[in-house]
Amino acid sequence: MASQEVLREEPTRGSLINDPRVRSIFIQVVAALALVLCIWWIVGNTIDNLQRLHIASGFAFLKGRAGFDIADSAIAYSSDNTYGRAILVGLINTAIVALAGIVTATIIGFMVGIGRLSNNWLIRKICTVYVEVFRNIPPLLVIFFWYFGVLSVLPLPRDSIGLPFGSFLNSRGFYFPRAVWGEGSWLIFLALVLAIAMSWFVARKARQRQMATGQQFPVFWTSVALIVGLPLLAYIVSGFPLTFDLPKKSTFNLTGGFQVKPEFLSLYLALSFYTAAFIAEIVRAGVRGVSHGQTEAAGALGLRSGPILRLVVVPQAMRIVIPPLTSQYLNLTKNSSLAIAIGYPDLTAIAGTVLNQTGQAIEPVLIMMAVYLGLSLLTSAIMNVVNAKMALVER
Amino acid sequence: MKHIAIGILAAATMGLMASAATAASTLEAVKAKGFVQCGVNTGLSGFSSPDDKGEWKGLDADFCRAVAAAVFGDGTKVKFTPLSAKERFTALQSGEIDLLSRNTTWTINRDTALGLNFAGVTYYDGQGFMVNAKKLPGVNSALQLSGAAVCVQSGTTTELNLADYFKANKMEYNPVVFEKVEEANAAYDSGRCDAYTTDQSGLYGIRLTLSSPGDHVVLPEIISKEPLGPAVRQGDDQWYHIVKWTYFALLQAEELGITQANVDELKASGGPEVKRVLGQEADTKLGTDLGVTNDWVVNIVKSVGNYGEMFERNVGAGSPLKIARGLNGLWTKGGLQYAPPIR
Repeated sequence: MASQEVLREEPTRGSLINDPRVRSIFIQVVAALALVLCIWWIVGNTIDNLQRLHIASGFAFLKGRAGFDIADSAIAYSSDNTYGRAILVGLINTAIVALAGIVTATIIGFMVGIGRLSNNWLIRKICTVYVEVFRNIPPLLVIFFWYFGVLSVLPLPRDSIGLPFGSFLNSRGFYFPRAVWGEGSWLIFLALVLAIAMSWFVARKARQRQMATGQQFPVFWTSVALIVGLPLLAYIVSGFPLTFDLPKKSTFNLTGGFQVKPEFLSLYLALSFYTAAFIAEIVRAGVRGVSHGQTEAAGALGLRSGPILRLVVVPQAMRIVIPPLTSQYLNLTKNSSLAIAIGYPDLTAIAGTVLNQTGQAIEPVLIMMAVYLGLSLLTSAIMNVVNAKMALVER
Repeated sequence: MKHIAIGILAAATMGLMASAATAASTLEAVKAKGFVQCGVNTGLSGFSSPDDKGEWKGLDADFCRAVAAAVFGDGTKVKFTPLSAKERFTALQSGEIDLLSRNTTWTINRDTALGLNFAGVTYYDGQGFMVNAKKLPGVNSALQLSGAAVCVQSGTTTELNLADYFKANKMEYNPVVFEKVEEANAAYDSGRCDAYTTDQSGLYGIRLTLSSPGDHVVLPEIISKEPLGPAVRQGDDQWYHIVKWTYFALLQAEELGITQANVDELKASGGPEVKRVLGQEADTKLGTDLGVTNDWVVNIVKSVGNYGEMFERNVGAGSPLKIARGLNGLWTKGGLQYAPPIR
């Protein structure tokens, strides 16, 4: 304490060199200048060397014709499109697999994490084995396991395994009927939106009523009835506009329907199962982190074990769970670049192809870095908002 | 992941290399370290693949040895860097390798925008298709492949020709793209794809590695020109000339009937042309002008034989591939292989 007071008084009397504030500003300015100079030198030198080696540089190549095809594309793409659009296709594919993986990993992770705390011996052991197995295998091997071990040993398209609802499973992936929306199907979507809005309203009213009178209202079943019933009604009223395009066998593959390719399927399953093992441990830690007294107090109030978990333990556990969960989501997104090993056209794969076809190594790598950084920052931002909502509100 | 590493490495190299200093001569650098660092395929029968003793075999690998023999007089002074299609150019540009001898197609884009120099065509190839005749009886033309799933390696001219061919013939297809040839092979073998496409020589090589080679047939169509050859970086003419004339020396040796077995004998007994090529002419400066010793052709032929011997041993009659000379025959025998005079 004393020394701080001395420091605070000293500057007025000492010379400028001994002034700690001036000193710290000076050092920071010098460090920043050195950094800027270093970056400037590296960039300038890179450009010089590229020119000296007669290697084309710059981002003009993004406008060139790509010339190669991409199997999975969420947006319209052909070999006549530009390199830029090809990279965009890769970016969207990465986002799709990351998003799907995050949702599934979270669901599996929560189930397994809670399962490890179950009173049932068998469930507890199964969940422990799951976590230990998937957590200790490199993700690439998990991907290979699904791709070469599970999906590629399925029968060829000719001998597809028939599944219910006109879907098929074979070594080319999973085929299921594709919905074809006819004239007037907008009514069904409208009904669905309306039903969701009404369910939300009902839930709100029911909560208010319970607060005021203590009476409960079957919110869940009302919502189910609304969300299923209204669109069904709209479907009938608008004259059955929905038809299905069923997969059929042709010379090589099944045609028609919707195909989920084994590359996507194995990457998605592997990332989900792998990350879920980590999420399970985070959830377990979170639940353990809630004092046992909370459970006992809730029990003393007469709550049963389900509501105790749902209303008392999990909301408090979430505060512990969300920050490390964010890291796992980031890991999953970055691990999706392992897609390259099994030929799923994600950002890394396509940017790599662009790199090779144009021979420009630096620009595609810069694009890749910027995109992964952007995706990660976006994920963090969203999770920070969720975290802020979950944080303890002090009154 | 490796190509990202190489990309970053390239970025770092480009960034940190002293730009003011003139580029050191590749020949001097190679001589200083004592070996030629040669980029080859990770595994393609007949061109470059390690045998059961870990020794690199194949036409491309032997070409690396020929260059080492020209420089050092010893064909074993070479180190191999196995590269995927995607990594190859970055590895050469960044200076990780001195020479790229990896069944690489010579194109104008690679000669200009990529900053490479192709030294010649060691193998005239063309792109073809392979299918499993047992699983797909009745398919005997590539034009029947509409709707097929096709396995292909990424970042190759093959990938581009494939797109062009199906588009030109108004056919649909489903590309299944892999970075590594081993992964593409495994996927095709497991039935993930109906057809496999790459250069025809490659198809014959890959067929040997499948679980039941006899079931697979290479379809007759050749859909592109694929002149495969060694490449070096731009900006070092001396090194470019050494690689280029090593290739010509291999051809010239075959044309003159100089073989691994008779080269020592011909040094003394050969005609004037043979003697000149072998550096036995009095006061010859052909080799030293190139930057190597005057007996460089002797060293090349001693270590790998002439072009014809190299071909037969690796991909021709003496190999499991049994590919005919065809376009790769000497110009005197109706092929395209032709060397300017060594004089």
